[in-house]
Amino acid sequence: MNALIEMLSANYLLIFLLVFTVILGFEIISKVPTVLHTPLMSGSNAISGIVIIGAILLIRQSPSGAWFELTAGMFGLALAMVNVVGGFAVTQRMLEMFKKKKK
Amino acid sequence: MNTAIWFDLAYLIGSVGIVWGLKRMSSPDSAGAGNTLAAIGMGLAIVAAVFYPLGDADKGNLAWIFGGLALGSAVGLLLAKKVAMTSMPQMVSLLNGMGGATALILGLVEYLRIGPDNAAFGSNFAVVFALLVGSVSFSGSVLAYLKLEGKVDDKKITLSFHSVFNLMLLALVLGGTLAFSYSTDWGLGLLILFTLLALFYGLSFVAPIGGADMPVVISLLNSFTGISAATAGFVYGNLMMIVGGILVGASGTILTLMMCKAMNRSLWNVIVGGFGTAAAGVASDSNQQVKSVGLADAAIQLAYSKTVLVVPGYGLAVAQAQKVCKELDELLEANGVDVRYGIHPVAGRMPGHMNVLLAEADVPYLKLLDLDEANDFLKQCDAVVVIGANDVVNPAAERDPSSSIYGMPVLKVWQAKNTIVMKRSMGKGYAGIENPLFFEKNTYMLFGDAKQTLQALVAEVKGLG
Repeated sequence: MNALIEMLSANYLLIFLLVFTVILGFEIISKVPTVLHTPLMSGSNAISGIVIIGAILLIRQSPSGAWFELTAGMFGLALAMVNVVGGFAVTQRMLEMFKKKKK
Repeated sequence: MNTAIWFDLAYLIGSVGIVWGLKRMSSPDSAGAGNTLAAIGMGLAIVAAVFYPLGDADKGNLAWIFGGLALGSAVGLLLAKKVAMTSMPQMVSLLNGMGGATALILGLVEYLRIGPDNAAFGSNFAVVFALLVGSVSFSGSVLAYLKLEGKVDDKKITLSFHSVFNLMLLALVLGGTLAFSYSTDWGLGLLILFTLLALFYGLSFVAPIGGADMPVVISLLNSFTGISAATAGFVYGNLMMIVGGILVGASGTILTLMMCKAMNRSLWNVIVGGFGTAAAGVASDSNQQVKSVGLADAAIQLAYSKTVLVVPGYGLAVAQAQKVCKELDELLEANGVDVRYGIHPVAGRMPGHMNVLLAEADVPYLKLLDLDEANDFLKQCDAVVVIGANDVVNPAAERDPSSSIYGMPVLKVWQAKNTIVMKRSMGKGYAGIENPLFFEKNTYMLFGDAKQTLQALVAEVKGLG
């Protein structure tokens, strides 16, 4: 229990942010029509690649000789980048198909 | 001067880009711009992370970073360019798994850094939770990918007591998270054991879920990756990771709930994995007869209807028949027939998949009716063409309380004057149950490959004119 209270008070601002982001997320997404669910998913999937920031920070803080950390970090970073770039590119491809229907 | 604030502001602007971009995805007109905006926000965040002043902790290693960025971009672009629209669910699963794998790696390396010196409960928790959720998301996504790709048999792999088994695994994984949050000196060996358990849970949780239930799993796994990214954000005290991760977590959760509702299943059922495993419905009555219809008759029936509803299922996509379907649509429209498409929320292999496939074939999205609109349309509809769909047009969902899909909202095609069902064979749908629709008085079966049958039908309709 003490540990929990300690965690809550140490991270109060982050938790505050978390709660509001949850509300924001629900508000934004619940209005997306069925037609766009697939592009929405692949787009939000690309956003989950935000974990790449962690990989960058990890590599930057690893001592130059730490091969394990550097190799693992770079592997993770590359994977996250595939997620980001692939996700956005594929979403763009799909959305272009919807666009030309407008005429 | 403290320059960190400029980079923090860049994160803030990046987060706004992501939020605003997602918001603009709610309409087909602005969605393209929204996606670009979100991508710019992400790019800004990556630049900020690379150059953020870290003081003495900064060890450089920029070559590693740029190497990883270049490699990832090249592979990502290649994948995105090559993928077929029918394979979109696999693609999303695969990409999603990569995000999960990154969280796994970060968690493991950060644990090694904490080492035997215990950090606070909160930071331990963040590291272990990101690691374990990332693991579940990684292995689950990979299995989902393999199943969708047809590399693993799509048959439901179910153990007896599978849900109890999954629940126990889940409890173990969560227990491990708590134990390591209190103290990290349980050792690396035990942590790796828990990681393996989490990986195994991901597999075991996706394993029993097959075919038509895939949309639920994919959106749920998407939300897992988001949550693991957000938790990793706690590890690095990075606000943008938290915002981005939680947005994805929320969107994945909402889509999951929508899919569950569309299939009349509870989320609990999905999480414990006891999903789609209900017993088959009533055995078919052997003296019931199906009526098949010839191509010429079907063509006449369609061409002389006022209104026609097409109900596409995954069978249409598998046969790559969207374009022929559109051709038939154009011919009928030229004959003065009002052609619409009834899209069930879980048609296809991921949420909204069928819409993308039809968009690819140039069907205007205004002709696509959602479940409620389609059911209204059906009340005065002359003819329905069901192409490669089965469970979503099954009247047992309304009439047979013993059926495993009872209560699932379906397209009530039997209310139309006539229904033509295009089907490969009398095989069952993914739910593995009999479809009484085929035995209805006004249902006619047209057996064969969807694409070939549609092509033949197009030729017949042309011949009429």
